[in-house]
Order: sequence, then C-alpha cells, then structure tokens
Amino acid sequence: MKQVLVIAERRGAVLDEGVFELLTAARALAGGGGRVAAAVLGHGIGGLAAELARGFDRVFAFDDERLAEPDGDGDAQALLPLLARGGFDAVLLAHGNLGIDLAPGLSVRAGMPLLADCLELHWAGQSLAGTRAVYGGKVHARVVAAAGGTGAMATVRGGAFAPAGPGTVAGEVVAAALPAEFAPRRRPLRTLRPEAGEVDITQSERLVAVGRGIEDEDGLQLVRGLAAALGADLCASRPVVDKGWLPRSCQVGTSGVTVRPKLYVAVGISGSFQHMGGIKGSPFVVAINKDRAAPIFGVADVGIVGDLSEVVPALEAAIEEQKG
Amino acid sequence: MDIIVCIKRVPDLAEAGLEIAADGRGLRTEDLDFDINEWDDYAVEAAVRLKEQHGGVVTAITVGDEDAEEVLRRALAMGADQAILLDDAAFAGADPFAIATALHACIRSLPFDVVLCGAVTSDGASGQVGGMLAALLDVPQVALATGLEVDGGRARVRHEVEGGLEREVEVALPCLITAQSGLNQPRYVSIRGIRKVADVAIAARSAGDLGLAATAVGEAGSRVRLEGLLLPPAGKRAEILEGSLDAAVATLVERLRERGGL
Amino acid sequence: MSATILVPAADPEPASGSPLGIPGPLLHGLLLLVALAAFAWIVRRRLLVLRRGAPDPRLDRLGERLRRLLVIGFGQSRQLRYPVAGIVHVLIFCGFLVLLFRSLTLLGQGFWGGFAIPGFAGPVYAAVKDWTGLVMLGCCAVAAYRRLYVKPARYHDRLALRSHGGEAHVILGLIALLMVADAVFEATTLAAHGGRSWALPLASLAAFALEAVPDSARPGLGVFAFWLHNVALCCFGCYLPVSKHFHVITSLPNVFLGKLDPAGRVKPPRHGLPPGAQPGEIGVRRLADFTWKHLLDFFSCTDCGRCSDVCPAYATGAPLSPRQISVKCRDEAYAAHPVFGRPPAGARPELVGGLIEDRELWACTTCRACEDVCPVTIEYVDKIVDMRRFLVDDGRVPAGMQKALGHLEKKGNPYGKPGKKRGEWVAADGGDCGVRVLAAGASAPLCFFTDSATAFDPRIQRIGRAFGRLLRAAGADCGTLGADEVDSGHEARRVGEEGLFESLREQNLQALAAREVGRVVTTDPHALNALRHDYRLGEPVLHHSELLAELIAAGRLRPFALADGRTYTFHDPCYLGRHNGVYEAPRAVLAAIPGLRTVEMAAARNKSFCCGGGSLYLFREGEGERRMGELRIEQAELAGAQVVVTACPFCLINFEDAIKTTGRTGRIEVVDLAELLERALVTAAPPAATTGA
Repeated sequence: MKQVLVIAERRGAVLDEGVFELLTAARALAGGGGRVAAAVLGHGIGGLAAELARGFDRVFAFDDERLAEPDGDGDAQALLPLLARGGFDAVLLAHGNLGIDLAPGLSVRAGMPLLADCLELHWAGQSLAGTRAVYGGKVHARVVAAAGGTGAMATVRGGAFAPAGPGTVAGEVVAAALPAEFAPRRRPLRTLRPEAGEVDITQSERLVAVGRGIEDEDGLQLVRGLAAALGADLCASRPVVDKGWLPRSCQVGTSGVTVRPKLYVAVGISGSFQHMGGIKGSPFVVAINKDRAAPIFGVADVGIVGDLSEVVPALEAAIEEQKG
Repeated sequence: MDIIVCIKRVPDLAEAGLEIAADGRGLRTEDLDFDINEWDDYAVEAAVRLKEQHGGVVTAITVGDEDAEEVLRRALAMGADQAILLDDAAFAGADPFAIATALHACIRSLPFDVVLCGAVTSDGASGQVGGMLAALLDVPQVALATGLEVDGGRARVRHEVEGGLEREVEVALPCLITAQSGLNQPRYVSIRGIRKVADVAIAARSAGDLGLAATAVGEAGSRVRLEGLLLPPAGKRAEILEGSLDAAVATLVERLRERGGL
Repeated sequence: MSATILVPAADPEPASGSPLGIPGPLLHGLLLLVALAAFAWIVRRRLLVLRRGAPDPRLDRLGERLRRLLVIGFGQSRQLRYPVAGIVHVLIFCGFLVLLFRSLTLLGQGFWGGFAIPGFAGPVYAAVKDWTGLVMLGCCAVAAYRRLYVKPARYHDRLALRSHGGEAHVILGLIALLMVADAVFEATTLAAHGGRSWALPLASLAAFALEAVPDSARPGLGVFAFWLHNVALCCFGCYLPVSKHFHVITSLPNVFLGKLDPAGRVKPPRHGLPPGAQPGEIGVRRLADFTWKHLLDFFSCTDCGRCSDVCPAYATGAPLSPRQISVKCRDEAYAAHPVFGRPPAGARPELVGGLIEDRELWACTTCRACEDVCPVTIEYVDKIVDMRRFLVDDGRVPAGMQKALGHLEKKGNPYGKPGKKRGEWVAADGGDCGVRVLAAGASAPLCFFTDSATAFDPRIQRIGRAFGRLLRAAGADCGTLGADEVDSGHEARRVGEEGLFESLREQNLQALAAREVGRVVTTDPHALNALRHDYRLGEPVLHHSELLAELIAAGRLRPFALADGRTYTFHDPCYLGRHNGVYEAPRAVLAAIPGLRTVEMAAARNKSFCCGGGSLYLFREGEGERRMGELRIEQAELAGAQVVVTACPFCLINFEDAIKTTGRTGRIEVVDLAELLERALVTAAPPAATTGA
C-alpha cells in the first residue's frame, strides 16, 4: 500500500502518451490499497487535469500563466512544496527531455534518491528498486534507493510499461498553488518547431531505413508503403542518398545523421559500421536482407532473409491487417 | 569569464565485448579502451569557445583515479587552462548524487560564471550529475543544450525540450549548462597537442581537501545503491524468421506488436 | 629571288645613328642599363621571398639532378603527354635556345655595328635562326588560336579566383613582336642587297611585304625595327618575373632542384631538425612556412592546368584544383612582397583556411597524378600534407576523419575494432590459410604485414587468406605480427597527423624487432609505401604482386589457363604505381596466366586514375559530385573489360562499391591479383595440367 505521484508531461495542450505508461507503473507500485496521484503544470490546463482524473485518484493542477512553457528549472520550484510535504513513496517521471531537465534538481531539493531511466520498478522492502540499461544498453544494472524514509523518485524509459487504458476512476482535482517564493530563473524566448513537411529523423521514434538493396526507385516506393503502415519516417544509408533518391538529411551513419529511434527497420541494408554508427539508443532492430551473411543480422533483433520486393509488400499487408 | 567543465573518462563500448567483473558490480576493464565521454567533449569545446570569445579561464574537473588524468590532459590540449583531479579512495562506488556532491565541494571554492557538463555519460547513462550539481550550487541550469551564447551576464541557450522540440531560453550567470550532441563539433586533439600539455601540473584533491567526510562521498554518500550488473537476457544475434514468407511475416508482426511497435 | 645564300650585311647601322639626338651606343647603353637594373631589382625582390622560406636541402646528388635537368628540363620529356600544346611548347623552348644568340648579337650591335658571336655569325646560323623565327611565329599563332577559339577545358579552371590568361597573350604578343621586328630589320638589309632566299623565309617574307617602302626610308625603318626589337627584348625580360612567365627563368632551376627522395616519402615536418626534437609549431600556415623550394615551385607554375586536368578530385567536382594552390600562393607572394614600394599595410589574409580553404586540402587523396604530369616537377603532396599538419595541430579535422584518427590512436586501427583481434583474420573463415601468427621471439623468412583493411574488413580478409594459400602452395613459410601489429600509419601521416604516425611506426618497428623475420610482404600498397619509405625499411619490403611474380618466375607457382571469355584489365593503385614505380610485376602475374585476355585502360600505369580511397576517404564522405571509383569503373568498361584486377584493398572496396551504386552488378567484377591467381591455380587438376603444360 503505497502513495505514488506521477509528474505528467504535456505537449502543448495535450498530454504526453507516456503519462499512461507511468500510470501503469504507478498502479503496480501502489499495490492494492495504494493511491496514485498526478501533477500537471501549465496555464489553462483544466481539461488536462480532468483527463488525468479519469485515471489517477488525485490530480494536482498547477495552473498559472508563469507555467505556460514547460521549464525543468521552474517546474522543480513549483513542485518542491508538494514533494517536501512528504507522503509520496515514489515519484515517477518519463525519462524524456523534460524529465532529464527536471528530475535531478528536484530530487536534490526534495532530498529524494533518483533512479534514472528505469526499465522496470519494484519494491525491495521499503525501498524503491529498479533495473536500468547502462553501457549503451549492453548491460543492465539493478539499483535500489537508499533507505531514508523520504520516498524516491524515478524516471522511466518510454515503452517500458504498457499504457493504461481509459480510466474510470473519477479522481479528485486539486488546484495547487505556486509557492510564494516561486521565481522562475529561465526566460523562454522562443520554441523552435521543425518546418512543416520537413521530417527530422533525429527525433523519429520509428524509422524504416533503406539501403543499396533497393535496386531502383520502385523499390523505394515499396518501402515508403511499409513506412506509412508502421507510422515510421524514412531514412537511408549512404548509397541511396548518393543516388539522390532521398535528401542528405535522411542519411543515417557516421557521415550522416545520428538517430535514436525505438524501432529501426533496416531494408536492404548490409549493416556496415559506418551506417550502424549513426544509430544510437539501442532500438529494436528488424532486418530484411537477401544476404544471410549480411552483418546487419549480427546487430538486428529479428530478421527475415529474402527478396525485399516480396517481403516488404507482404509485411505491409500483414501490418495493415493487424491494425484492422 | 571563469568557466568550469566537468568531465569523465568512460570505456569505449562500440566494438568491445563486455564482461562483468567478478564482484558483479563493474566491468572487466583489461581489454577496454577508455576516452573522454562523448558529451563531455562537447562541453569542453563549448567552454573553450566561450573563453576564445570572451577571454577568461577554463578549469576542467573530473572525479577519478590517476588514469582519469588522461581526459584532463585532453581537455588541456583542447584549450582548458587548468585541471583538477578529485582523487580519493573514498569516492569509489559513487552514484550521481555523490559525484555531484564531490564536484560541488570543489567548485564552491572557485569563482565561476558558467559550469558545463555533458548531458549524459555513455557508461552510467543517467544524465543526472549536471542537474544535481546545479541544485547543490543553487544556480539556474539548462539541460540538453544544442546552442549557447553568453553576453552581458546572461546566457542564451537553445536546448531540447518536450516532444522533440527545441526552445531558446535565457538565464542569468552564473549558471550550469549540460551539453547535448549538436552543440558543436569538437576540435581534433592531435597526439602532438597532448604531448605539449604533458608537463602541465594537474591539481589533485582528496575528500579531506574538499572538506568532505568520507561518509558523505562515494558509496557511503550515495542515495542509490548498485546491487549488481547483469547481461540482458537476449543474445545479440538476430532471430532469423524461417519458414514460408507468410509465416515469417506473421511472426515478425507478432514481434513488433510485443515491442509496442504497432 | 637569288639562288645564292646572302649574308645580310649590317647596312642599317644602329650603332652609328643618333636617335633622339643621343649617340646610338650611349642610348643603347642606357636602355640596357635600365633594363638590367630593373630585371635585377625584380629578381632580387623575388629571391628575397624565397629567403623567407623554411630550409630544404636540395643540393645533394648533383649527378642525378643534372640528369633530370637534361631529361625533364632540356629534354622536355613531360611535354608530349599533351601533344598539341606539348609540341608547341617544345618548339618555342627550342626556338628560345636558338634565338638567344641572335638576341645577344643584336644587343651587341647596339654598341658595335659589326658585332657577332663567333660561331653564330655565318649563313648556317642565319638560316636556322630565320626558320626558327618563322616557326616561332607559327607557334604563337597556334597558341593564340587555341586560347581564343579552341579554349581547351584545362585553361579555364572552375576554381580560379582570377584568370592569368591575359599574361599569356602579352607574352605571345611580345614574342611575335620580337620575331617581326627582327624580320623587318633583316628585310631592310636584304632589300638593300636586293635578294630573297628560301634559306631566309621570314626575312624574305618581310622584304616582300616592304617592297613598297622607298629605298630611302629603308635604313631608317631598319634602325627603327632594330630598336623596337631590343626594347621589346628588354620589356620581355622584365615582364617575365612579374608574370606567370617567370617559369621561363625558374623552371630549369626548379627541375634541377626537384625532389629526389622516393616519390612516396613525405617530407619531414621541418628539415634540419635533430631527431626527436619537437618544434613548437608544425605545418604550413603562412607563406613563409613553406620551404624555399616550395616557394620556387609557385614561381615556376605556368598555370598550364595539366595537374588539375589529371586530378581525380577536380574531375569529380571536389573543391580542389592543384594548380590553384600554386597560383593563389604565387599571387599572395607577389601581393605581399611587391616589386616596388612597401608591402601593403595591414594584415595579409589567412593563407591556410583563407585563400586555401580547409576543404580544398581535405579533398586530396595524395594520388600524385598532378606531380607526375607537371612539366616543371612542382610538388603538391608534400605541400598539402604540410598544410594539413597545421590544420591537425589547430584541431581543424573533418568529423568523419576525427573518428577514424581517434580509433587509430586508441585501438591501432581506423575501424575501432579491438586491437587484440587483429590476427584473427588468418582463420576467420574457419579454415587455415597457412599464415602463422608469430609470437614475440618467433621467426619466419617472410612476414606478412597486413595493415588494418586486411586485418579487419571481412571482404579484404579474404584477399589476405587467398594470398596466404598461394604462399603455402609455393612452399613459402610466412608469418604475421598478429595483435602486435598496428596500422601502418600511412594515411595518418598523409592527413597530417604526424604524432600519431610516429607512435604507430614505433609500435610496428618494435613488433618487427621482437621477431626474427627476413623479408616483409604486404597486400596493401599503402603499407608498402609506409614501410619502404616512411619507415625507411627499403627493399626488403615487397608488395605481393612482386613476390607473386617472383614465385611464378621461379616456377614455384604454375597457373593454369583461365580463359573464361572475359576481358581483364589491371588498375594501377596510386601507391603501387606512381609512388613506388611497380608497374611490371602485376602485369607479369597476369601474363603468366595462360589464356587470360587482357586489355589496358587509356589511363594506365603512371596515368592511372585514383579509386578515391587515400587520405582516409573510406571513413568520410567527399564533397565531389561523383565518386572517383565510379569514373574509374566507367573507364574500365570503356576499355572493354569485364574484370578489373587490382592490388590494393582501398581500390577493391571503392570499385565494388561503385559497381553496386551504378547498377553494374553482374556486368563487371573486381578482384585482387591474389584472388585471380588463386582461381588460376585451382581451375584444373594439377597433375594432368602440369604434364600438359
């Protein structure tokens, strides 16, 4: 029976989907009689708080114009009294850009241990414990918060928990006030959004990559279809870009762009180190290649050996079927 | 301008076969090559560029044993003016908080306008030290910086924020910035460059020098305990889906679904 | 027209006249004095620039220098690779040698009417000289026609900041003026004697043209032509050192002072430093950082464009034109050290990183095609390496290359593979190729230095094993250094990372010293060049093509017929051919395979076209619009080949890449010489074939 707080992240006026993954984690940690709460910060966020209240038992809504833009430094100031008041055994955040910006400072100020980028969380006695990927994902570390009685914080890797379904909890929304000493130290100047129509593959979570195995532009069209079915962006290894079939900004590799997707489908890519060197963050790698000895199968998680002109359309059809 | 840059020596994991040491809490290091953490390289470059623009002194600091001098020399070769090695057996087994504690104890006695850290390290990968250090120093911080300009007592920082966007913000000095890839292209450090700084003295500080009790640092001062390392379950060789095309594709869709890829 | 050869009498007597009311000899003396003073002043100013340069010992091996002067300088041996321009140049060069004596004679006649140089006063010289003048005029016409109407591509450099073409027209005009003035001068004397002759075609032609001139005006016209000639000659002399035509004066010394070290040996960072000394700065940043000889190179460049015409980087659209390095440096030298007046106030623009951009320097693969073609033996590779040394010292290295250099430093190979796995290639296919990994203290008559590509690239490992099996078949005992070997450092040195090169060299020399090995053999021409020339191990280092040719000649390898209906062509790797002069050995191996149909590409041997692999280009992306390897495969196809045989890992990687990216898979293949020879050794059952052969 534990009290768990989730700090909800939003993308502008909508909740980040990761919140519902955190809800799953929080419910599991809270156990049967435990309660899960959410904190959401922003300006004009009544709707978001109400949405959260369907899944969380309590929602602390920090609604203030000074919180209009997410700000790891300012948000920490806002949240500190809530945490300092005690009562939370675990405080969870997504290990995303905001979590990295917010959690370390907040944990120090609140005097809580912080387990970062966890793949799994559980209780070891009264202490929060988890597993995290270290050394580029080649090794897992089991970590546990030192006992202290103040509760612990954790940031959770996206995708580590399945998102909770639509809730029916009818939780309580509490209007949380900013502390009197609240004084944001960052002045936001502007937010830069990628230009419309321009895909920034460094930010893509799903990528379908094409290599020289596609022998002509027809092959590229096939792969485009697969990418669309997966909701993925298209990228390429050098030879495809050299031919001018895709822009240079799509080239993944040591001489191109470094990407950090979660899913990487490599179609007709041999898997040279020059190309693989551009892939970071240990994604789930699917390889489709006609050469069984291609090095890509040494780095992929799963693969199909076959002619891509057959495999790619079949896979696309199967995915569409699955989506229904 | 006084600039401090915190760096770390980490193993290069790209081609290495990793083996867990006998105590289960570290790696066998005999066959590993070490170098400066990639993100710390951006931080050093940013520090040196600030100095080149505004003048001042760049101080590089690391926590480690004498092997860690290597990365301090590298920072010196890139243009840092002085280097401090926080070296004490008591620092062993430190979590990010205990590292930040040691760095804080060192930096609080130094003048500084900007502290730069790498956004994350390639070994522990927690991305916490910078933010914790800023909180301990009680200065504003900006994480994951991809752009940095300092002018008239303020830093204008572009950094990566929620949803893969970037935001430009301004903070007053002194401040702490953590460097994300893309902040700059670090300069090359030639072998000759390293040789040229071979004789520069590196100051060593123990926990006692920093006024820290042995219980406040290292494993004793940590808030998170490492219980052990383990190799991830799956062997790293692709599972080749055999059988008919339809069967293989069906299994692949199943795998994608399991991984949340659909 | 008279049939007798007339000796022109010096009828118009310039020396006895008094133009402008000043006695002729006096005026002539003044003209000469002014011209000589101006010439001396200008040349002195130019030489002062050289004196600022770094030391460069160039006065050793005088016999060899003299031989080069005779062959390349006076023999003009490099001119004929471009037939039209080459012939024109050879004719003008010879013409100058002939007319030198005529010019001296006319200068003398400004003082003494009947002045003559013994041996150059008779009718024979007169005829030779007159024909020469006619040919020179013709050459001027051809050259001008080419510049104005034919416009060969190499005269118009897409990377030129400004054109020096105008200077060529000035010079052509001056030469033509000298010929015409002399002809008119001659014609006036001929006319005075009333005869024209086939022996004196140019003078006769002028006489014909001057028939309308009344007799009374002829001596005056003759005197005028005489003065015109001598004034033009003085102008010509003084114009040379202020224009790109300084080469008329400097090219023969430049050839004499050329590089005699092996072509593949890069110059040390600074000549004359004691071994082990660490200079504070290395590399070339400013003009004065070049050696004096390299500065003389700039003065000697004629802007002919041959270097850029053969440059693979220029051909693929990369931002490099070797000749612009010379031209820009010369322009800067002239601008910074003007002939008259003080140097311009203010700081000069940056040379390296400014006038010469970083990317220009990184575009070079050090293939040496430019040096090989330069008629005046200008050195480019050493200069580019010297400028890169500065860039490396300054930390200005392209990102892809930084990674490769970092791996070289930390792991001893540019791939970033663990160094301890370096010897695993010998059995990476599960078999045994016959090459032994030598522990420290072990010995072998033959040591295979693999270098990094052969040790770590799975495709290239196959070449290493094929070569190993060939050695075993020949009964040769061969070892390799295994994990104690590191990269040869060849490319590290060429991209300017001298410190890294030195450290790699030391490790390899120690590994070699720790074993008892006889000869060293390598399948990698870059390693060959590093060991032979950079490490100075010399001839005990062999390329595998040389060893295979040797084993075939000794009868230890007997290839069977390989007639598969395909045509084979050999691609000369830059570091095997141009840098080390090994052209025959690989061809001997091909010739030893019975039935093998071979063809030569147009650009073969020293004209070979780089694959694009040098200067760590396997690890970074070039800026060219096309890839060198693709152009080379097209050249092979043009020659009618279906198989390109090469003898260098980089070439093989780039060509296999090019075949894939241009959709030629299945139509054209690339193999290493060792792989081809192995095919020819296993095609038939040995006993039957040997008895049949």
